Amino acid sequence: MTYDPATASGWVDAPARKGFFTDTSVCIGCKACEVACKEWNAVPDDGMSFLGSSYDNTGALGASTWRHVAFIEQKKPVDLGMPSTARPGADGDGRADFRWLMESDVCKHCTHAACLDVCPTGSLFRTEFGTVVVQDEICNGCGYCVPACPFGVIDRRIGEKDTPKVGVAQKCTLCYDRIGEGLEPACAKACPTKSIQFGDLDELRERAQSRVDVLHAAGVHDAKLYGESEGDGVGGMGAFFLLLDEPEVYGLPPDPVVTTKDLPAMWKKAGLAALTLLAGAVAAFAGSGS
Amino acid sequence: MAECHPVGFQWVMEAKARGAKVIHIDPRFTRTSAVADSYVPIRAGSDIAFLGGIVKYILDNDKYFKDYVVAYTNASFLVGEGFVDSEDLGGLFSGYDEEKGSYDMSSWAYDGVDEEPAGGAGHHLGSGGPSLDPSNIKRDETLQHPRTVFQVLKRHYARYTPEMVEEICGVPPELFHEVCEAVTANSGRERTTCWVYSVGWTHHSVGVQYIRGSAIIQLLLGNMGRPGGGILALRGHASIQGSTDIPTLFNILPGYLPMPKAGDPDTFDDYLDTIRTPEQKGFWAEAESYVVSLLKAWWGDAATKGNDWCFDYLPRITGDHGTYQTAIDMNDDKVEGYFLLGQNPAVGSAHGKLQRLGMSHLKWLVVRDLNMIESATFWKDGPEIATGELKTEEIGTEVFFLPAAAHTEKSGSFTQTQRMLQWHHKAVDPPGDCTSELEFFFLLGKKLKERLADSVLERDLPLQRLTWDYSVDEKGEPSAADVLREINGRHLSGDKSGQPLSAYTEMKPDGSTAGGCWIYTGVYADDVNQAARRKPGQEQDWVATEWGWAWPANRRQLYNRASADPDGKPWSERKAYLSWDADQGKWVGPDVPDFVVDKPPSYRPPKGAAGADGLAGDDPFIMQADGKGWLYAPSGLLDGPMPVHYEPHESPVRNALHPQQASPTREVYKRQDNLSNPSGDDPGSDVFPYVFTTYRLTEHHTAGGMSRWLPYLSELQPEFFCEVSPEHARERGLEHLGWATIITARSAIEARVLVTERVVPLTMGGRTIHQVGLPYHWGVGADAVVSGDSANDLFGLTLDPNVHIQESKAASCDIQPGRRPTGPALLRLVEEYRSRAGITVETGNTLKTVKP
Repeated sequence: MTYDPATASGWVDAPARKGFFTDTSVCIGCKACEVACKEWNAVPDDGMSFLGSSYDNTGALGASTWRHVAFIEQKKPVDLGMPSTARPGADGDGRADFRWLMESDVCKHCTHAACLDVCPTGSLFRTEFGTVVVQDEICNGCGYCVPACPFGVIDRRIGEKDTPKVGVAQKCTLCYDRIGEGLEPACAKACPTKSIQFGDLDELRERAQSRVDVLHAAGVHDAKLYGESEGDGVGGMGAFFLLLDEPEVYGLPPDPVVTTKDLPAMWKKAGLAALTLLAGAVAAFAGSGS
Repeated sequence: MAECHPVGFQWVMEAKARGAKVIHIDPRFTRTSAVADSYVPIRAGSDIAFLGGIVKYILDNDKYFKDYVVAYTNASFLVGEGFVDSEDLGGLFSGYDEEKGSYDMSSWAYDGVDEEPAGGAGHHLGSGGPSLDPSNIKRDETLQHPRTVFQVLKRHYARYTPEMVEEICGVPPELFHEVCEAVTANSGRERTTCWVYSVGWTHHSVGVQYIRGSAIIQLLLGNMGRPGGGILALRGHASIQGSTDIPTLFNILPGYLPMPKAGDPDTFDDYLDTIRTPEQKGFWAEAESYVVSLLKAWWGDAATKGNDWCFDYLPRITGDHGTYQTAIDMNDDKVEGYFLLGQNPAVGSAHGKLQRLGMSHLKWLVVRDLNMIESATFWKDGPEIATGELKTEEIGTEVFFLPAAAHTEKSGSFTQTQRMLQWHHKAVDPPGDCTSELEFFFLLGKKLKERLADSVLERDLPLQRLTWDYSVDEKGEPSAADVLREINGRHLSGDKSGQPLSAYTEMKPDGSTAGGCWIYTGVYADDVNQAARRKPGQEQDWVATEWGWAWPANRRQLYNRASADPDGKPWSERKAYLSWDADQGKWVGPDVPDFVVDKPPSYRPPKGAAGADGLAGDDPFIMQADGKGWLYAPSGLLDGPMPVHYEPHESPVRNALHPQQASPTREVYKRQDNLSNPSGDDPGSDVFPYVFTTYRLTEHHTAGGMSRWLPYLSELQPEFFCEVSPEHARERGLEHLGWATIITARSAIEARVLVTERVVPLTMGGRTIHQVGLPYHWGVGADAVVSGDSANDLFGLTLDPNVHIQESKAASCDIQPGRRPTGPALLRLVEEYRSRAGITVETGNTLKTVKP
């Protein structure tokens, strides 16, 4: 039976686990998701900096960027059926095939969420939808969650004193307030091409697999899912992706592992070490007494 | 389309998911290219050569839809003996007048049509094209006679070979062939192809002919009037279609009725004769009903037959009063005041300097906008203040800024590109002093009427008698629905007096009906706001005629008679749309027939029949004077009956087809404040060796008034940048994320550098052409969240003669690494370039370059 993080967290009769399926093969990079997210969640702007990273001037997910669209300009021989152009008139040393990949990144709402594991205040919690949400008013800004995230998603908001929620850890809530009212998250609502799909995770996984099958049949052999498997290092992601290349190309870790995975073993070892130390000390005392 | 119309692009993605092939032809690799099946880079300003090459491919390989072409186009019509093609005159058609820089079009007429075609062109003619008497046209349905339009077309495009396409456009033959194959394979009885364009096609000195080029292809392939076909124009704003239907243009009245012109003769009958000839086929023959109804809507009871329905209350135009001529006139102190409504010419119009300097000559300027745009602040922080060309204390212009309500803060309709009106309801009240345009103009009209109430001057009668009574809500906002009701029109007498008209065919020339825009009649049929209908798609058939309302008569597909064969049967089951039901004796299908509903396919008009009765049962193009789709335009276009490739006004490339370098009828302005770069192989052209083009980004909206004041949008594209290829960057020493200065004869601007493989150097005619891409959203000012130099400052003014649209999608430039000089040094840099290129007011402005 599928592991249900909400039930595991103590929710009784939890609704079906909710999540995102982000299909990058139909993303047109319009960034409506970024803007809709900020509008709905009152996230402040993240600075007016020209990064020149193709059309991406957002850079990365962070405390004030909960959706981030990556733009990857790529020289690569491409699969049949995908957009490409050779440099017109190019001779042998001319340009290779070229493509422009776009991907809207977001918090993965991991099945095993390290940010939640390390949170000392209980600010981060598992919702009845299986998502992971920060409670701003409880967060004390300790920042433990920040290095705990294997994707570098969650961050503390830096800013002037009048910046809302400054110093507090911030990330995507999967629009907890909207989905609780039966609405879809703002980003999915705004997405014009259905690149961002919201729904029951089980159903999204099925839909994603059939999309991959369609793309494979069309000759797009590189199409693959990322984060849909419960067997991965975070126990499967609540927000998973269809990618057209390796995860690293999009700035995603190829094999993410929940950073608290080894904690029980570490505690065990630490406990053993403590016991050993204690035993040594006892022995030392015992020895000295002899 | 994905770049500028991401929401509409969802339907393209849906079509793609169902197997549609998407080809993107653009100088720039955009978000559209990223998801297209193939991308074709092309030199900006060379599209007619590309389209002409496709026409040649279709004709040479017999790929045209013969039954459609013979029955529904003018392919079989004979052109008069006096016509000489541009191929035989070095790039000029017969009838060119070098003095006037224009054509006498009489030699272009069909054989047997002797009369002089009606003067004017483009918008002057309204939407129906020029009038003519089709009864004597000679035909050869075998298409073999050398003077048939078909054969004329074949000869005209004979030299548009794949090799020529490569030399002019920089598109390699294999890629060009792939497009030809795809387009023709996807056309015919079973399939249709559509073309989508935007201002990348219209902002040229030959922009109208770009569209004509695709019209010829679509008619040859049978892709007009059929589902999945057509030529689709994407607009830059939500209601640009609406603002030509109910025009903000100087030369047309609502419903594409021409604006009357001053001069002799100037009677009501003369005016009507410019719209229609009595012998003409089609619905324009009823133009008198439309004009009288419009005048009754405006002047009510004061409009009588005895005073020609107040026809003389309409102002007369005396020439070009378009936006660019007006800006020039401002500079010459011929204009006192200026209203800017949601328009930011200091940034969004070509030749920004001329725009700003022009506004500094005004006595008053009213800016109604959401934000304090650059056109409202140029007098204190514009670029000319920095260079010293303007001094704030010396500018006499009184600027009034009036904050405007946004679309969410008022009710009204948007008319989108499918001619569909969709009503939007006010969601929130406008904040502070913000008001809607409707309220502003209603109050302005009331104040003017109050002020003139006691006047005894005859000139004030038009305002005194103007009907101006709309209901007002408790907040003072006039009812937008009342306005739409007036536009729809009503019966003024008889049993139905006071009731709304249900169709424009009910309009009468006797003063018994009123209606503000004949093509919109029906939008308030049954006293119901049909534009506000929102029946979901899944609750109706696939044409969804109960969502919103499309003019005319709620038709979703124009000329849909062409979706059936001459006998009224669908061309194929797969593409069935309209068909003739002999039992019922009418046309049936999921759409409103764009045809007389009970006119059988076999109907042939009696000799001399006119108007709708003059259309045969197989004349689908009901607004054309001869009922046919025009492969060849015997009149109505000022720059030629068929598209010819001309180089842009400014081009680093010599015209490979003709000695005639650029359009011989383009509108040029020889002025010291409007200098041009040398073109082709003229001396000095090497000073400006690169092509540049301008465009939009998804993140911003046009001149930035709706986006650069919003942090959420500004942060996504915070700075003005130029896009160049790695090869070009190497050639000029440009560094990624560094700065570049781009220079033309008008100005020099600076931009951050984005080196990207999305920009492709083009190999053509043995040389490499580099193109610089410039998004035009930024402007110089102090009020916006983000600002920067304006790409439109680089352009001069050269216009298409048909519609007075500026050429601002292709010109030549130089680009150098580093930031531009500031202050007076900027002017010196531009001056240095001018002198190096030997530029005078004559440079580039010789219209006829073919030598006798």
